[in-house]
Amino acid sequence: MAKAKLEEIESPAMLEEFYRQMLFIRRFEEKCNVAYRLGKIGGYMHTYVGMEATAVGIHHAIKPTYDYMITAYRDHPQPLLLGTDPVKVMAEIMGRSDGMSRGKGGSMHVYDIERGFYGGWGIVGGHIPIGGGLAFASKYRNEDRVTICLLGDGAANQGVVFETMNMAALWDLPIIFCIENNEFAMGTRLEYHAADTELYKRGEPFGIKSERIDGMDVLSFHKDMQRIVDWTRENQKPYWVEIMNYRFNGHGAADNDRELYRTKAEESEAMKRDPIARLEEIMLKRNVMTREKMEAIDEELTDQVEAIYEQADASPFPDASEVYDNVYTDMEPEKGH
Amino acid sequence: MAAVEVATQTMSYRDAISKVLSEEIEANPDVFIMGEDIGRYQGTFRVTQGMFDKYGEKRIIDTPITEAGFTGIAIGAAMAGLRPVVEMMTMSFSILAMDQIINHAAKIHYMTGGQAKCPLVIRGPGGAAKQLSAQHTHCLEGWYAHAPGLKVVAPATAIDAYGMLRQAIRDDNPVIFTENPGLYTVMGEVPDNREFVVPFGKANILREGTDVSLVGYSRMTQINLAAAEKLSEQGISAEVVDVRSLSPLDMTTINASVAKTHRAVVVYEDWKFGGFGGEIASRIAEESFDDLDAPVVRCGGLNVPTPYARNLELECIPDVDDVIAAVQKLG
Ligand SMILES: Cc1ncc(C[n+]2csc(CCOP(=O)(O)OP(=O)(O)O)c2C)c(N)n1
Ligand SMILES: [Mg+2]
Repeated sequence: MAKAKLEEIESPAMLEEFYRQMLFIRRFEEKCNVAYRLGKIGGYMHTYVGMEATAVGIHHAIKPTYDYMITAYRDHPQPLLLGTDPVKVMAEIMGRSDGMSRGKGGSMHVYDIERGFYGGWGIVGGHIPIGGGLAFASKYRNEDRVTICLLGDGAANQGVVFETMNMAALWDLPIIFCIENNEFAMGTRLEYHAADTELYKRGEPFGIKSERIDGMDVLSFHKDMQRIVDWTRENQKPYWVEIMNYRFNGHGAADNDRELYRTKAEESEAMKRDPIARLEEIMLKRNVMTREKMEAIDEELTDQVEAIYEQADASPFPDASEVYDNVYTDMEPEKGH
Repeated sequence: MAAVEVATQTMSYRDAISKVLSEEIEANPDVFIMGEDIGRYQGTFRVTQGMFDKYGEKRIIDTPITEAGFTGIAIGAAMAGLRPVVEMMTMSFSILAMDQIINHAAKIHYMTGGQAKCPLVIRGPGGAAKQLSAQHTHCLEGWYAHAPGLKVVAPATAIDAYGMLRQAIRDDNPVIFTENPGLYTVMGEVPDNREFVVPFGKANILREGTDVSLVGYSRMTQINLAAAEKLSEQGISAEVVDVRSLSPLDMTTINASVAKTHRAVVVYEDWKFGGFGGEIASRIAEESFDDLDAPVVRCGGLNVPTPYARNLELECIPDVDDVIAAVQKLG
């Protein structure tokens, strides 16, 4: 999927691209939910439904596959946007041998190192210093890459975050900490886990440029991110961005009882900010796209996702002998029970 | 033991843990529980279900996702006289708190020359659930048992979970209490007795046998019971020794079993290489050498980060067939 040139932004073609990408992510994630219920996907699986504008806006603000990106376990949309074969993403989520990690990682551990996507991590906060390390490496080699380090509002409390912020500021690392503030850390609301819920302020004590931006309007968000990415690339210094979004599904596919932490009323109010519906309205108002066209695109993408799923499902489970592969680069571990 | 009539209730391993947590909260105002999503969200594995509403936010404390920080706070509170119970959402996350646990909690009593105590319990699910992948599937009890100053227990039955958790909460030392997620639904009889404790350092014979001792703990004890059943169909009489407590370790019971059967297989879910089963096996070899008719055999988890694909994951975890294969190695 191509990246927008600045002058093309908000051209009808560009709006259509934003739309297609967000809708593709949504339909892909919904298919994952169905597959999970059918037992085709297991373990912990977390979808990006409701947060699509964040992934798409960031994608168009960076130099895809050149810049580095790293995130936690909500990691399906980033590789899809970067051009990773969606069948390989789906196959990984299903634990099949055609998956990006040959079924060893699963939904929480999707990687496409060749495209600069460094995963795909399950320990909350664990990947954040690693993001700092990616930025350290590009700076060390005098490249002008930036590193996008996505993290949740809940993850923003882990001690390593503050350690990494300090070093990023001390050593001028070109990393953009993108806090995806979707208001919840699993079943814990923001106000129960953060002493000050204005998370953007946390950059200030370290002298890191910081701001809070809306992550639900793909157009304004993309512009904000473009400015932030350009500044970071130019200045080779860290940036701390609090992106306000909302997850529509449960925390993960195993979280069935959202009412333990949010009311139905609150949820439907938040869902009015649906980034896809919002873009549809804009496109209708600007006479860029008709409802019929939107429906046709939806149908096309739904079919596409269906085909991806079918192909992934045709992939075999990994061979038992592969269990010892890749523990080391150059040897095998001791074998057997 | 004198036979005393005690009323019992049939309940799950999970409910046995909930029951003793509630009873100790009620019995001692210094006991509180802290952890992620344990209160308003009712606990990821629902062990603390209903407790937030019943006991309030002073006793059932929802923490941010900051394992090193809140474990340290629990340690300090314990030194200052409280009796914290820390729930790790999964034991894999206790790795983030390992500096606090091993470098601090385990050494407090010693470094202070006995001035300070650290009556702390760290509990939570440890071991494989289902397809949680490499970062969420650790058996750390052997790592903790390696550190002097920590007591480490891994009950396999509802009654032991009930009695050992009470002992853990009342113990004046830091205790690691591991609950394999595969055990939560195991049912058993639990006494209706708010003083019932299972002392640490006592292994338990769950099934008597004459040909081989299957020595294990936590969920592997349930696997050993199933393996013993299957072995009996082949005419092999296996004795199942439930270790229960890794530290302190009851070698007396284990050696007595080996004296009877002359063969031992040590079964553990953790990575086989360098795991706690190696400690038990070498102790049997040292202490029961003359009783053995064959070398002690270990049966452990494969030495790989746990893969996601279900078929590969199942390869990694010792099962009934793996235990039987290990017994057959003894000749
Ligand atoms: C160290 C650690 N502790 C706890 C967990 C369990 N856990 C997984 S996701 C999560 C909530 C994270 O929330 P947030 O950072 O806001 O990200 P979101 O899921 O909202 O994207 C928790 C508690 C974990 N995976 N790792
Ligand atoms: Mg969140």
